Amino acid sequence: MGNPNVGKSVIFSRLTGVKVIASNYPGTTVGYTHGYMKLGEETVEVTDVPGTYTLEPTSEAEEVASQMLDSGDLVINVVDATNLERNLYLTLQLLERNIPMVVALNMWDDTEHRGIHIDLDKLKELLGVPVIPTVAVTAQGIKELVENIPRATSPETPIRSTDERWVAVGHITDQVQRIVHRHHTWRERLEDASVRPLTGGIIALVVLAVAFLVIRFIGESLIGYALDPLFDNLWAPVMLRLSDLLGGSGFLHNILIGKLVGGEINFVESLGLLTTGLYVPFAMVLPYIVSFYLVLGLLEDFGYLPRLAVLMDTVMHRLGLHGYAIIPTMLGLGCNVPAILATRILESKRERFIAATLISIAIPCAALQAMIFGLVGQRGIQYVAIVYGTLFIVWVVLGLILNRFTKGLSPELLIEIPPYRMPPWRTVLQKLWMRTFGFLKEAVPIILGAVLVINILYALGVFDAIANFTAPVVTGFLGLPKEAVTAIVIGFLRKDVALGMLAPLELSANQLVVGSVVLAMFFPCIATFVVILRELGVKSMLKSTGIMIVAALLVGGALNLILQ
Amino acid sequence: MRAGQSGVVFQIQGGQGMINRLGALGIRPGKRVTKVSSMFMRGPITIQVGNGRVAIGFGMAKRIVVDLS
Repeated sequence: MGNPNVGKSVIFSRLTGVKVIASNYPGTTVGYTHGYMKLGEETVEVTDVPGTYTLEPTSEAEEVASQMLDSGDLVINVVDATNLERNLYLTLQLLERNIPMVVALNMWDDTEHRGIHIDLDKLKELLGVPVIPTVAVTAQGIKELVENIPRATSPETPIRSTDERWVAVGHITDQVQRIVHRHHTWRERLEDASVRPLTGGIIALVVLAVAFLVIRFIGESLIGYALDPLFDNLWAPVMLRLSDLLGGSGFLHNILIGKLVGGEINFVESLGLLTTGLYVPFAMVLPYIVSFYLVLGLLEDFGYLPRLAVLMDTVMHRLGLHGYAIIPTMLGLGCNVPAILATRILESKRERFIAATLISIAIPCAALQAMIFGLVGQRGIQYVAIVYGTLFIVWVVLGLILNRFTKGLSPELLIEIPPYRMPPWRTVLQKLWMRTFGFLKEAVPIILGAVLVINILYALGVFDAIANFTAPVVTGFLGLPKEAVTAIVIGFLRKDVALGMLAPLELSANQLVVGSVVLAMFFPCIATFVVILRELGVKSMLKSTGIMIVAALLVGGALNLILQ
Repeated sequence: MRAGQSGVVFQIQGGQGMINRLGALGIRPGKRVTKVSSMFMRGPITIQVGNGRVAIGFGMAKRIVVDLS
């Protein structure tokens, strides 16, 4: 337990093994992770409680943390040694709860850099519990920490009021801490520069540009060097053989392998469970999920995101959002589902509604983006730019509109800005693994299901019926052939597969652009739909969806006109 | 306050909720804070409190009364 940004997750990852599960505290929107570690001969459960500054319930996270405390046997209080005063406030509260405790004084190495000297023995004496200095990122002190767990104590501590506690904290730090003045290091100068408007803006653009390039590079490399060869050289022959076995056509053949294109398997267009159903998640989407989450994890752990939030805050407020909303928005570029879940960090219902609506309308997920680059990119990179540009404009304009017309308040920014830190690879990779695995667990079944359902509906002729029904709007207004309707309907199941369905239609580049934009905006994919329903409730869900449909049609129509 | 200036928090003009939230981050009467930078267009202000940095929205920052000394 400890303040946010003190390195709890790193210590947690040092203590636990590979098997780490991220969960949700039942009945709330607060998440936590838990795993297991060996303590002597026993295996015990370790829980990484969400970071809090205090146990007083000023937010849901604090209530959850307080309750979790009651169900634990022992507390490891992770304290940021460079921020002793603020951290000790929580420490005193924990002591008042009378639970056996050990203090891990983390970021010990930083104290030397900053000229902070802490008298460990005195601190131990004043608190009454073991205090172990640790440097979680290098695993220094972890062993000592574990050794001291059995020696945890719960000394008698008086229950104090808020003010009394701060006074007590002050007393302790006076006796224990000595700060020596030292010069501004270049790291601090960088930190300050990142938050100032002019330099901060430049840094932000550079960071985002680099992030984008890295994501593209890793994604494309994974596809080009690992996954495409795998599918083309190993899997395709297997599929062809299976196709022969099944006689080249027929119901089972179509379900499993789909239609042969030009006598061969085309992984994007064949639409078989074993062909498209596997290719899309693993060879088109997964590489980008991995590369995106890797970069995002690095930005998070490095400490850059709060600064980005500060820079974006003014702009975001015009759109009815909080600076912090930039984080779910960026998550949406990976997958809309965790992005909308992440909107929980916003405090007001209004902000959550606006953020979630904007995300599902204008932020294409990595899967869809991979398809956009793959299909639209073939016609020329400028078309991809038009798609992204349109979506961005929609995001801004719709945000302005929603800000004007939705009721409620958006609270002000109040966040801690942590110093820049180099995260250890172990934590970054562990986080990456958890997110990637989570995505696969959820996406693959849905994609397989979607491909199956599409095939069945196709065979039943449902699509032709819908296409004929909506033809006037689709052809007249949007300038797309009526077969595109099938794709849009499929968009409800999986947007990436849906975009893939536009491929065999031989559309002009402009039509492809309109199609992509409409698909991205029209209706959330089923996973997103379910999450919005759970997070915002039925009424908001309907409002959101209505906005999406109307906006998608309007923008699609406008785009069609403009591009002529 | 201008960038680089420091002062002691004198009063927080807000409701209990705001006082608690600011307090949890260490901003309370009697504490010395230093302004680090501000964002144009009434954007958030970054201050140094103790050993840490906090960013506060303009509206909220306006209601923290500081005694410059």
